[in-house]
Amino acid sequence: MKFYFFHLMPYADLDLSFTEKYETTWVKLPNSYYDREKGHALYNRFLDELEYADTLGFDGIGVNEHHQTAYGMMPSPIVIASALSRRTKNAKLLILGSAIPLRANPLWLAEEHAMIDTITGGRLISGFVRGIGAEYHATGVNPIHSHDRFHEAHDLIIRAWTEPGPFRFAGKHYHFDYVNVWPRPYQQPHPPIWIPSQGSQETIEWASHPSRKYTYLQTFSPQAAVARFLKMYRDQAEKYGYEASGDQLGWAVPVYVAETDEIAKREARVHIERFRNKFSKMPFEMLLPPGYLTMGSMKRVAAAKANLSMDMTLEMVDEQGMFICGSPATVRERLAAAQKEIGFNHLLPLLQFGTLPHELTLKNTKMFAEQVMPHLRPLGETKAKAAAE
Amino acid sequence: MTAKQTITVGGCKIGLMRAGAGEPMLYLHGAAGAPLWTPFMAKMAERFDLLVPEHPGFGGSDTPDWLDSVGDLAYFYLDFIKDFGLEKLHLVGTSLGGWTALELAIRSTHAVKTLTVSCPVGLRVPDLSVGDIFMWTPEQRVRNLVHDQRLADQMLAVQPTEAQADVLLKNHYALARLAWQPRFFNPDLEKWLHRIDVPTHITWGRDDKLVPVAYAQAFAKLIPSARVTIIPDCGHLPHMEKTDAFARIVTAFCQERRP
Repeated sequence: MKFYFFHLMPYADLDLSFTEKYETTWVKLPNSYYDREKGHALYNRFLDELEYADTLGFDGIGVNEHHQTAYGMMPSPIVIASALSRRTKNAKLLILGSAIPLRANPLWLAEEHAMIDTITGGRLISGFVRGIGAEYHATGVNPIHSHDRFHEAHDLIIRAWTEPGPFRFAGKHYHFDYVNVWPRPYQQPHPPIWIPSQGSQETIEWASHPSRKYTYLQTFSPQAAVARFLKMYRDQAEKYGYEASGDQLGWAVPVYVAETDEIAKREARVHIERFRNKFSKMPFEMLLPPGYLTMGSMKRVAAAKANLSMDMTLEMVDEQGMFICGSPATVRERLAAAQKEIGFNHLLPLLQFGTLPHELTLKNTKMFAEQVMPHLRPLGETKAKAAAE
Repeated sequence: MTAKQTITVGGCKIGLMRAGAGEPMLYLHGAAGAPLWTPFMAKMAERFDLLVPEHPGFGGSDTPDWLDSVGDLAYFYLDFIKDFGLEKLHLVGTSLGGWTALELAIRSTHAVKTLTVSCPVGLRVPDLSVGDIFMWTPEQRVRNLVHDQRLADQMLAVQPTEAQADVLLKNHYALARLAWQPRFFNPDLEKWLHRIDVPTHITWGRDDKLVPVAYAQAFAKLIPSARVTIIPDCGHLPHMEKTDAFARIVTAFCQERRP
């Protein structure tokens, strides 16, 4: 198994009394809640945490993109990945992902990713996402075109990376007379592409297609949903006539490791509950604007809407496997069991979440790297080895 | 009650309700669609040959590949007018339908005798903010669209059937397709509103919470022949909330003797 330290870079100093006036940290929370000095300190603290993970032997460090929110301060994951590219030496840099349909010009993105890939000598893993629903309010991009633009931007970027330029591209949403990006990516034919998702059959059918075989990541979901969607990927691959490897499957989940189960709960409780109940929450209309899902999916999600805004305790997220928390032994056991059941080779622990302070983040990261990672590393690989023999 | 028929214009199947006799009136519905024959339509059919099409993208109509903007709808209705051989038409549009009627009229008024719009969108005045219907919950949508909250209570008390809920969802998707970006306006519309050369009536609910009533004057400034009528104690849907008053206003304007 491989391990990637994933960061959301929340505005962790947020005045949490905001909930008296606002129902969400997304789009509508006035940016007067943001303090530039605190922002300065947080960015540098979080970059330190990402760089620290590199020194501890994580296989990769991951960043992502969200707009107009205290949930994550990375409207441009490109900026953060760039800052990391010269300060890290070994870890892969994961952009998980760039919200390609939000770009007016996806060729800029193709250029930016190619630059990072080249500077790092091929350490980039490119993630492509549609962006969550709130992003369509924040950017004005029409959610009705979200799927179409995603596919068209993807095709354009892949062609720009792999076909000799200049060539012309005429789509419905993007048109260019000259597609001729400099630099071309360092990795050939292009950086690995990963697809983070909250779970969608359409995405799985697309990502698992034999022409792509992109690694699919299930993010921040109950463990049962992770198992269901990753199995869906395997089943879909089988329908396409091949066997999906564990390298095509990953899970991103908040994790907290401490000396004992009790200490872990005590130290993590308030921070994971704030992550879930303060930072992540948003109204249904913001999360799922019209067109973001197909009408059929929208109906199914609307029927289950009640769970969306429910406050959850540490015990609830822990029980559902939306959070893995405990002593090194507990965390090892739970992750090993999940790996055995679900068969993913990539684990992306979120080791800083909500308001978790710097010292606890470092302690958590170190304990995970030293007391969890080495034990789990052989998992998955044995299977791949056995299959190869 | 008038039954809905399915017709085809330029390969696109849409629903159409038609009743009454007299000069033709084409009614272009708003974002809620035209699922049913309403009291306002019945009143119009007493004096006019009323045609109520269901826009492409809405209700039981097709969602054709070419449907990207309200301008596309306007061209579609020019084809519709041609196919039905309509002349000296009274064109009436509410909200999104009002915007569509204006887009049609800047392209051609050759078949249009009068134009009446009620609380249309389509124009953007920087200082006059339009409500964000896409952030509103279903309940907020109802409460913000009508002025009389007892009427809102009545509307909210009715639980839609599954089929009706499907239509509401489809209509909401169609609205996003046409109006998400730019949000409820077309930056080109204001350049060409001066082309409208038929008697034009701009009507507005004084208490419209979606599109503030000040937009009535903004439109009137750009359309040479425009007249403005403001309806008191009324929100964004005068045809529904003030059916009798609105029907009288529309009828009187259409039947006015003009030199």
